[in-house]
Amino acid sequence: MRDVYVAGIGITTFTRLEYPLSEIAAYASMMALKDAGVTEVDQLYVANMGAPRVNHQTALASAVADTLSLLPAGAAAIENGPASGAAAIKAGFQAVASGLDDVVLVAGVERMREVNNLEATDFIATLTHPLTEYIYGVTLPAHAAMFTRLYMEKYGVTERHLAMVGVKNQNAALNNEWAHLQQEISMEGILDSPEAMTNNPYVAEPLRFFDACPVSDGGAAIILVSKEKAEELGRPMIKLSGIGQATDTHAVFEREEPTDLLAVRKAAEDAFAMAGLTPDDVDVAELHDAFTILEIVESEEVGFFPKGEGHLALEKGETALGGKIPINVGGGLKGRGHPVGATGVAQAWEIVTQLRGDGGKRQVEGARIGLTLNFGGFGNNVVCLTFVRED
Amino acid sequence: MSVDLEKILRPVESPMAPYEPKYMMLASGEPVVVRQVFRDEIPDLLKHVEPLIHVERDYYDVVAARVYAELIGYYTHRFQDQYVLALQVDGELAAIVNGRQVTPKLGLSLHTLALRRGLRIGAHGFAAKMEYHIDALGHDEVLIVAESPIGFRRWMIEYKLEKRFDIPHELGGVPSWALTRELFDRARASLVVGRRPVPPELLEKAMEKILPPSDPPTPPLDPLAATRALYDPTATALVAQRWEMEKGAQDA
Repeated sequence: MRDVYVAGIGITTFTRLEYPLSEIAAYASMMALKDAGVTEVDQLYVANMGAPRVNHQTALASAVADTLSLLPAGAAAIENGPASGAAAIKAGFQAVASGLDDVVLVAGVERMREVNNLEATDFIATLTHPLTEYIYGVTLPAHAAMFTRLYMEKYGVTERHLAMVGVKNQNAALNNEWAHLQQEISMEGILDSPEAMTNNPYVAEPLRFFDACPVSDGGAAIILVSKEKAEELGRPMIKLSGIGQATDTHAVFEREEPTDLLAVRKAAEDAFAMAGLTPDDVDVAELHDAFTILEIVESEEVGFFPKGEGHLALEKGETALGGKIPINVGGGLKGRGHPVGATGVAQAWEIVTQLRGDGGKRQVEGARIGLTLNFGGFGNNVVCLTFVRED
Repeated sequence: MSVDLEKILRPVESPMAPYEPKYMMLASGEPVVVRQVFRDEIPDLLKHVEPLIHVERDYYDVVAARVYAELIGYYTHRFQDQYVLALQVDGELAAIVNGRQVTPKLGLSLHTLALRRGLRIGAHGFAAKMEYHIDALGHDEVLIVAESPIGFRRWMIEYKLEKRFDIPHELGGVPSWALTRELFDRARASLVVGRRPVPPELLEKAMEKILPPSDPPTPPLDPLAATRALYDPTATALVAQRWEMEKGAQDA
């Protein structure tokens, strides 16, 4: 198996984008192609979750290939729920590692704001079990709320911990020009003042408005190449060193212990094993904080902190910029936004930015090893990636 | 025989109780002061409303144009029983809300114009003017319309307004909705916030001068321009767009 490197990255502003879906993907891809210094690719993978349903478009990869004039490159779309982005990166890795291709473009894109919030929420809810969850009206905020309540009772997480994640990540987005939310929030304003319940109402108790990521449009792209090609291109040598992917029961109620995210644990273990790393080696991480509780729990399941102690580390500032393991320094899904198909690629974009030392105000000093965790379903399909700067 | 036309043209003003200022904490942690603005300060407001007439997004153009006309109407005594409330953060104008008294028992909401986006500033302003209608002026109900989807969500849905479709609203003659005293009472706990009295230093800062908003809504930038500039080495797309914006501002 050949080593695989990230030679180029690109992203669009995450916000409301009134452009054709293929064009949004193309903008991010053009940026990545230019960054890598390549004009041709062997293959492109386009990660997306909702185009057929939300945007009434199928065969998205063919459209992106043509929009970018990358013909006759191979092209395929990857739909894997909110983990589509990292799943597409895995497909790109396999293509290069196997020797089938030398240069692969992986783009993630979503345009969710084409529909209203109710339709967007329903579209995301279609990833739940159709017979035991969806037909009873379960949405992702509802899932996350029940999960949070259990976690609170079992491990002592409080609404204050959730708000701390929200404030940390949304304010971190102020240092990321591409992030959706550019509005500072404070603990006083969303939790402690008499007006907090109006400013930050419950959307699914115990989760409040600022515990959830925004609905965003956006695209992100990376260029994966072989080692020989990476050396030829002369960009910083960022190796995609580890990949782990795991699944869990589709219906959450079937899990023996619902507060354990076993797919997260397994995906991280496999990625670390492949890369020859441990959680202690990681300098910077991107975790899938679609809801604030998820950052806390994922920080435990990937091995940064013992089970049930993620919130204690948060209290000590260990997950903030300058802490033991900075998490979501570019805002995460909470601040950057969560165009679902693009998120896994955007996480890789952030980590590569960090490992190149291009993070500006949000740069983690001396970062050389990074991790992304892309969480699909309610933890039933998870992809973990590790990246290492070699030069 | 001479006739003083001004006496005919100028509406006779009804007595209206003053709005007692209040303040509240935004999600950002900043305190916002809500207070009544009278005629002498209207020219200050006009300066900050006028630029929004040229913001062709989220219905800012139509709302700002109407607010501008309403404020001039108030200033020149050509509007019956209008009141204006301003929301200020550290002196900066964050929102303007206005309305009028139709009869001693009926109010009419005119506009809610947020000059700073997000943080429920517009929603706080709307709640304040409903509080003024119901609690201070003693109106039994307030007639309301929305010009934007955001407004519809904030007023019609959040307050569960009742239909009064047989009454054309003064804003464009469209069918009215109504906030009744009962609906307002139901919303008090969740939507209506604020503390009184306002600490003297906060109120003094607000009264001292209406400062311009530091981050007002602007004409829509092409959100992909920055991305495009990074693969277009001459950045012509971004430059061309800025030229267009500058040209638009000069023309305005």
